[in-house]
Amino acid sequence: MPKRQKVLVLYLKFPSLEAEVISWATFDGTGQKLHMTGDSDVPPYPTGLDALLDGWRLFQSSQAIPEHPGEEFRTSYLKHEFFFEKIEEGDF
Amino acid sequence: MVQLLSTDQMAEFANSGCLFFDGLIDNETNKEFLNDIGHTDIENVDNMQKYFQNIKASSSIPRIPAGTPLKNAYPYKSPLEKIFKNEVVAGAINSLVGSQAVVDHQFLHLTFPTKYFKKTNQRQMSQVNHQDSTIDPRITFDIQLFYFPTDVTKEMGGTRYHPGTHLRIVNEMGIAKYQNIKGQKNIVCKAGTIGIFHNGLWHGAGVNFSDEIRYMFKVRLQPTEKQELLWDPEKKYKPLPNKALYWTDEKQEKTVNDILMKSYPWQEADTNRLDKINTIKFWRMLTGHKNLDIDYWLTRIENELY
Repeated sequence: MPKRQKVLVLYLKFPSLEAEVISWATFDGTGQKLHMTGDSDVPPYPTGLDALLDGWRLFQSSQAIPEHPGEEFRTSYLKHEFFFEKIEEGDF
Repeated sequence: MVQLLSTDQMAEFANSGCLFFDGLIDNETNKEFLNDIGHTDIENVDNMQKYFQNIKASSSIPRIPAGTPLKNAYPYKSPLEKIFKNEVVAGAINSLVGSQAVVDHQFLHLTFPTKYFKKTNQRQMSQVNHQDSTIDPRITFDIQLFYFPTDVTKEMGGTRYHPGTHLRIVNEMGIAKYQNIKGQKNIVCKAGTIGIFHNGLWHGAGVNFSDEIRYMFKVRLQPTEKQELLWDPEKKYKPLPNKALYWTDEKQEKTVNDILMKSYPWQEADTNRLDKINTIKFWRMLTGHKNLDIDYWLTRIENELY
């Protein structure tokens, strides 16, 4: 059976999987659902840990990078990023 | 006589990066604007680009070279001239970017409904989150004024925006991977509504699931003078004194500092504190009070003795 990857990206309130989800994105390689920006106001899971409990496998998380000297107060992108995947088999 | 913003409205803008004036422009002017651009039913439109080209060719919306003073930008008695002369609109512009602001650019955004995408066999997608128009570390800020000539219902996918993101320095579509952000809002409003965004506010257009074309006319304005106390020419604003931290009094009235220190559900626990610090620095710039502080955030770390 062919396999396809589903990717879930969660941004958390602090850098631990028990933290609350503050932003999320889903990319469905099975083609069953087309996700797009602004398609949901409610996160798929309350925390990163809840995604693990539902079978998502963590494969990447953001590193803790010290702020550059002189730029300590500069704010930018969301910091605590976690990439999960599920591999699904099916007749795609 | 223009109506300058109040200190509370300025604090709201400093904290959230946006202000709204619901249904401000009268229906006669809204209709005049729609007639002027040749608004029609979607059934009569075969090609989005052609429709837009016709608007550019036949409407009273002028070609405005970047850097043109706003006061000379729009034809006398045209709908847009009336909108910019509205005392609330003019007052908000004067308060934020001054009376000598110049036009950076203007654009009439058209968001076509599902029917059009089906008819033309195209995929209908929302616009990704982004910040206009490139990485911008200035203290000076521009505003983007939005005018909605029709009602915007929830299904019309009005502009999505993320209050409180305007002071985060990012590079345009570098935020596109955030499909959804907690606390995201979509503009749902009456015809004639005016919205004003700080140029840094994260936003994007939603999908239009209605049967009507959605219009949003945008003008970006740039100041030519310092943005200090423009809303308060008599310099009446005085910073509030320090309060005892962690001592709360539920009966206490809401102050301008409470407006400035409002948090948002998308902010990380750690960076939320930096967002507050940056809001206080922004308020220092807007008020001209260089040592002003709120909740001791800046005094604490500025107490460098070595």
